[in-house]
Amino acid sequence: MEWRHKDLLDVSQLSKEEVQHVFETATYFQEINSRPVKKVPTLKGHSVVLFFAEASTRTKTSFDMAGKRLSCDTFSLAKSSSSLTKGETLKDTALTLEAMNPDGIVIRHWASGAAQFLAERLDCSIINAGDGRHAHPTQALLDGFTLYQEWGSLAGKTILILGDIAHSRVARSNLILLNKMGAKVRFCGPRTLLPPQIKKWDAEVYTDLSEACKGVDAIMCLRLQLERQQDGLLPDLREYSNYFGLGHKQIELAKPDVKIMHPGPMNRGVEINSELADCEASLVLDQVASGVATRMALLYLYLTRKK
Amino acid sequence: MTHPELVIRKAVWKGEEVDLLVAEGKILEVKPSSDTMYEGAEIVAAKGLMLMPSLTDVHVHLREPGFEYKEDIASGLKAAVHGGFSNIMCMANTDPVNDNAVVTDEMLRKARAAFPEGGPRLFPIGALTKGLKGEELAPMHEMAEAGCAAFSNDGLPVKNSELFRRAMEYGSDTGKPVIDHCEDPYLAPAAGVNEGEVSSVLGLAAQPDVAEATQVARDLLMAEYLDMHIHLAHISCRKSVDLIAWAKKRGVKVTAETCPHYLLLTEEALHGYHSDTKVNPPLRTADDVEALLAAIKDGTIDMFATDHAPHAAHEKEVEFMQAPCGISGLDSALSLTWSLVADGKISFDDFIRMWTTAPCETFDLPLNSFKKGDPADFFLFDPAQEWVLDSASMHSKGKNTPFRGQTLKGRVISHFLSGKKIV
Ligand SMILES: [Zn+2]
Repeated sequence: MEWRHKDLLDVSQLSKEEVQHVFETATYFQEINSRPVKKVPTLKGHSVVLFFAEASTRTKTSFDMAGKRLSCDTFSLAKSSSSLTKGETLKDTALTLEAMNPDGIVIRHWASGAAQFLAERLDCSIINAGDGRHAHPTQALLDGFTLYQEWGSLAGKTILILGDIAHSRVARSNLILLNKMGAKVRFCGPRTLLPPQIKKWDAEVYTDLSEACKGVDAIMCLRLQLERQQDGLLPDLREYSNYFGLGHKQIELAKPDVKIMHPGPMNRGVEINSELADCEASLVLDQVASGVATRMALLYLYLTRKK
Repeated sequence: MTHPELVIRKAVWKGEEVDLLVAEGKILEVKPSSDTMYEGAEIVAAKGLMLMPSLTDVHVHLREPGFEYKEDIASGLKAAVHGGFSNIMCMANTDPVNDNAVVTDEMLRKARAAFPEGGPRLFPIGALTKGLKGEELAPMHEMAEAGCAAFSNDGLPVKNSELFRRAMEYGSDTGKPVIDHCEDPYLAPAAGVNEGEVSSVLGLAAQPDVAEATQVARDLLMAEYLDMHIHLAHISCRKSVDLIAWAKKRGVKVTAETCPHYLLLTEEALHGYHSDTKVNPPLRTADDVEALLAAIKDGTIDMFATDHAPHAAHEKEVEFMQAPCGISGLDSALSLTWSLVADGKISFDDFIRMWTTAPCETFDLPLNSFKKGDPADFFLFDPAQEWVLDSASMHSKGKNTPFRGQTLKGRVISHFLSGKKIV
């Protein structure tokens, strides 16, 4: 398949066939990652800037490792580095990055639309590693890939996304991707953590966790930002974990071979019971491994596209 | 009969070809076109052009003093006069705030200096509270005497309903209306984006239309209780329209304005995160647009205003959520609202009411209705002329408009104020 996209801003840009192609490419790289020598020369001579204006050790490390395994040079520009000090505009940062003439920029930013802002101004590929509350396409692709490896196909499966849907880019991108691949999505959370107009989204909405868990094939927990209590969206964490934390009781209502996922980092005992996070059904560590393979696939497809 | 000094010949007014006669800066007569010779009068051939009374904009931000890099009084008035406006009311959120007569005086001095031979008239709006802080009343009598035409905390609406009541009472003693920017600050932590389907998809913090409507309801109840007039700024949604219609039926003394962008754009314009679409109140839904157009037709909405809010390019070219709210509107308002007439969405009579009679009568400003003795404020307008709204064609320093790059129809060919040609 010839890759026709310059940028990865959200999974809504990709067709079902293109997502499938990402999965197949990732499968190939997953195999490389299991070899004793994990480095291939595929992207030798290419360079990618990892521009993280919002802290995220795991996503950044995952991209860094993905790049290095493909022999691509990766350069980090983090929030704390001097060029990103307060006052410099995103436009100036973009121009600075452009002047370095990289082949791609992986951007994580607290502002929704930041990746699109760069994509419209720069010639190199922009890969969105999470922008504000908007989108997190690489997370959705790696989550989809993790389930694809388990099941072979996502068609006909029912997946529950649990927690703070309103503020979650992971929930938004996963909804789009899972629907695209033929799965049904359920959302569950307290009303204060569900987005407005949620009825118009292509998902079944629950505020009762037990109801939401009935018969599902997989449950994706989202990380709860602990400051939601101060925002007036929750009374306290004890109440939250009692009513919306994933526990053994709810798991029994799901399909017997239900899978449990979490994008990390986990608040154990808040959004997920600690034992469940480590149990047989948990794919949490598989997600991390799939993350590297998926990001290798994406760097490969975007950086070697026909220009 | 006084001898005319200026004759506009064969211009079209309300479908008729007319001659307009001006003497001593005032309208002398408008009569069916003829070939009568007027000894000593300047004759302006206007065949094929429309005659229009100059427009009034009751809601602009001219940024001076304090933010002259965005706009200054001279550049704002220049944009106004090219855009067809003779009377401009400017908001108090400058730095220093227009909360005392010294600032008001200085604004008026700058306006005179920009057009020493006479030009568009500036009517400052004084702050309701000192520093717009919502804590203490501003000296409204002193500002009214200095030339303020109204009072408002636009931009920073008064949270405290008790203080707002006192501000209305005290303001009414000056005889000048109070204008409220309707936004419940507790319900509106994030401005510039309508809470709904589009904000959800784009992942943008947003505010619901009830943030506006809640404050509209408060203001209407207050105006009824105090039996005082209130003017509601930039109404953007159906809920507010319904409340105003209800209040008008009860006899509440309320007037309301809406802006061109609320009639021509919806929240769908936000896709792409271009910060020129970020405006407060935010762009709403198609249903809200429909309600506003109906409210113009039935008189629930009294007038247009631009809410002209110029910003510098570097301030808007940032992450969407960091960008300031506002659209630079003076250059394009006439063409944009004229397109509503051309498309049959509003009538010509409503267009004239919304831009001239209603604002002038509400705020007691000079009005030209082409009757003998009216100020000779009018412009000649070519409704068919196409032009591109861009940095070169805009006179405002603020180029921030979601209509930038679009081809608009209808242009001011020349503009006369008090009988003198300014454009
Ligand atoms: Zn306002």
